[in-house]
Amino acid sequence: MIISIASGKGGTGKTTVAVNLALSLKNIQLLDCDVEEPNAHLFIQPRIKEELKAYIPVPEVNEAKCNYCGKCREVCAYHAIAVLPGNECKKGNVLIFPHLCHGCGACSLLCPQSAIKEVNKEIGVIEIGEKDNIQFVHGCLNIGEAMSPPLIRQVKKYINPTRTVIIDAPPGTSCPVITAVKGSDFCVLVTEPTPFGLNDLILAVEVLRKLQIPFGVFINRSDIGDGKVDNYCEEENIPILMKIPFSREIAVSYSEGVPIVKKDSLYQDKFINMYINICTIINEANSRH
Amino acid sequence: MKQIVVISGKGGTGKTVLSGSLAALANNKIMVDCDVDAADLHLLLHPKVKERHEFKSGQTALIDRKLCKRCGKCIPVCRFGAIKDDFTIERFSCEGCGLCSLICPHKAIRMEEDVAGEWFVSDTQYGPFVHAKLGIAEENSGKLVAKIRQIAKEIAEKKALDYVIIDGPPGIGCPVIASLSGVDCALIVTEPTLSGLHDAQRVREVAKHFNISVNLVVNKYDLNLGIAEKIEAFCREQGIPVLGRIAFDKKIVEALVKGKTVVEHISSPVAEEIKNIWEQLKS
Repeated sequence: MIISIASGKGGTGKTTVAVNLALSLKNIQLLDCDVEEPNAHLFIQPRIKEELKAYIPVPEVNEAKCNYCGKCREVCAYHAIAVLPGNECKKGNVLIFPHLCHGCGACSLLCPQSAIKEVNKEIGVIEIGEKDNIQFVHGCLNIGEAMSPPLIRQVKKYINPTRTVIIDAPPGTSCPVITAVKGSDFCVLVTEPTPFGLNDLILAVEVLRKLQIPFGVFINRSDIGDGKVDNYCEEENIPILMKIPFSREIAVSYSEGVPIVKKDSLYQDKFINMYINICTIINEANSRH
Repeated sequence: MKQIVVISGKGGTGKTVLSGSLAALANNKIMVDCDVDAADLHLLLHPKVKERHEFKSGQTALIDRKLCKRCGKCIPVCRFGAIKDDFTIERFSCEGCGLCSLICPHKAIRMEEDVAGEWFVSDTQYGPFVHAKLGIAEENSGKLVAKIRQIAKEIAEKKALDYVIIDGPPGIGCPVIASLSGVDCALIVTEPTLSGLHDAQRVREVAKHFNISVNLVVNKYDLNLGIAEKIEAFCREQGIPVLGRIAFDKKIVEALVKGKTVVEHISSPVAEEIKNIWEQLKS
């Protein structure tokens, strides 16, 4: 089973939920798919056993074969290739802009001269480790790299189907989030009871409804703000899975990278109950189909 | 004209709360919300939308069932796994490269332009405001950011405004890079947590990579004085000016719930500190 933890708004507590849920259950694999700003390792402190570089394929032109026909430029939907045709006095030139390339392979497949091959461009690293009984995988995007979805897809290749998989997703509602949560059996949407939290929760709910992934809401810092997130969930018939009130103690322990279940074992029971609740919801959804 | 972007790396550190206050403090400026996939600044600025535009960007493949002979050539060439075994397109996986439509022997696949979102030019009590809404589950957020920044810059030039103040997105990826490119300075808002420190360091590296000078503010600094000091030590070491330390104050959430900017809602030391941050930032 795959449970992803997402939110529209950043900083609502996705990593808190992912890490504490992972520590409360058995036979867990935790995937940190917030590859732009991965933080779960700060709380889990896994022993990293393997470090692998992640690449995307980008085109490389063999100038000896290229006749500057411009086909590659024409087929590239991302404007990642420019071709300067040559003349009697000057050789032509092909310019590649790797940061625009999505690695679709159209240029190399369709080049009439077979002058383009694909070479690997490093976009980040994937680290695999463990801590106690938790298997841990995360991706870390290189600085200056724009596209996180290819790295997220590569992290998700390490999903271990024999375990309960918890995915810590990035914030937002666009491609990185979709890539992270796609294929999940359930998604926990973490929010806070403020106008910002509610606004972004509504957007995240639309995303999950489009993706047809069952979901529930986790309200963090539940006692500061207003009651509008509760009202919204009630109106929309969205289950509220769990609440954590604001406390300075929790905030301080978070700031130091100490998961709350390690400080207060009552929270472990709450996270286990949330998990049981999630399983019930998934089973009900499956039996309806 | 000076362009200033507020970024953080980690989400939820207070970018929008601070940007809202800058809207109330700065004169002769335009505000821009570049967190296009989870935009919130409008909840503080209460814009009256004057112009609404569709944002067209990218393409999605569409298979014509009548023309498709189910030969299967398209499936293996798609790097994004977007063509299902029943010869339909999974919209959310399609990145619009068009390779399938180019190689289809029966010309059964065409590419349709996406409406990836909307952008708006609005009036607010704080002056003009450019903002956007990315379509649900759409891509190309970086291009939408670039679009609204260009519009804001044009308005700023036309009206001879002094500042373009940009509320940026979290993370370090494409919308952040699009928010940062060509600005005069970036203001990093962070919080005294290990995650906040880690992410601020990463986003600072991105700014450095693009040659953008940065300043930093520690929000909720008194939640962990030890880590707040670590952040400041990092800034001293790297020569990053620390423009202010904002205390944790539940009244900030109160202001937010009322849809008001902090500097207008409360007169605590927090508001004074934010005013002080703006005084330094504008000079």
